[in-house]
Amino acid sequence: MSAETRTDGHAADDGHGHEHPKHELGPWAKRVYAIRDLLIEKGVVTAADVQQQIDYMEARSPANGARLVARAWVDPAFKARLLADPKAACAELGIDATSINEFVVLENTERVRHLVVCTLCSCYPRPILGRPPDWYKSLNYRSRAVNEPRAVMREFGQELPDDVEVRVFDSSADIRYLVLPVRPAGTEHLSEDELARLVHRDSLIGVVDPRYDPAAVR
Amino acid sequence: MSGRFQPGDRVRVRFADPPGHIRTPFYVRGKTGRVERYHGDFRNPEELAYGKDGLPRRPLYLVGFDQSELWEGYEPARRDRLFVDIYEHWLEPA
Repeated sequence: MSAETRTDGHAADDGHGHEHPKHELGPWAKRVYAIRDLLIEKGVVTAADVQQQIDYMEARSPANGARLVARAWVDPAFKARLLADPKAACAELGIDATSINEFVVLENTERVRHLVVCTLCSCYPRPILGRPPDWYKSLNYRSRAVNEPRAVMREFGQELPDDVEVRVFDSSADIRYLVLPVRPAGTEHLSEDELARLVHRDSLIGVVDPRYDPAAVR
Repeated sequence: MSGRFQPGDRVRVRFADPPGHIRTPFYVRGKTGRVERYHGDFRNPEELAYGKDGLPRRPLYLVGFDQSELWEGYEPARRDRLFVDIYEHWLEPA
């Protein structure tokens, strides 16, 4: 488990009021815990602040993005609002996107697919999707998504016909992007909740279309 | 306030390599593209990174490039494109 995902700060109390993991940590994790402890000792933040922020970060997940997409698929008026004013559309579903400077939703069509990357670091619509997957932050993805996006998508299982245009968005400034995928064929009978379960995080980044697999919807 | 460029304008990204925190990816520097959208004015991240206030705010544009303009040998038959958000002080008319 990486330092980033170790959020429980469990195990032995060493006598100065909070806990440290018992097992050996890597150097980055040790540094993070040391900084946390100093901030608390100096009164910059409290342990409760730290826990609250961890809880907030853990509460955000791709399920939020999936809800937006499923609603857009079943409600054309909502879809229009989602494209025109994404933050307001998020608020309608109780999703707090206010911490994003500018939020843009990219609509896929049968002829156009969008793919999001941040070549400079790991810019990602975290209030909507939570933390990015490790591959999104990898040098491999960040370098290849811009100059061979079709090869990258193929590795995710996405084969694109020749007449489809690929539009890569390098999200390197204040804007955060979310892909609105095409609704899979054969899903006309599914409910909004069932549709949401088809929408995987990777489809919201744009590397692969959602698939309709009847076994996955129950 | 709006910037000096309008959607549809041809622009070239300045070819420069100043030290410090830069949000303009290297691979688009010196390349020519088209303004697709004006996003608004944002604090300058090149100054925010050093604890300054980033003011005045800088116009930020979505600039679109043909992939064939960016990468030699990009699958020639494709009309794929790439879009990057670029602050106005990195752009000049093309």
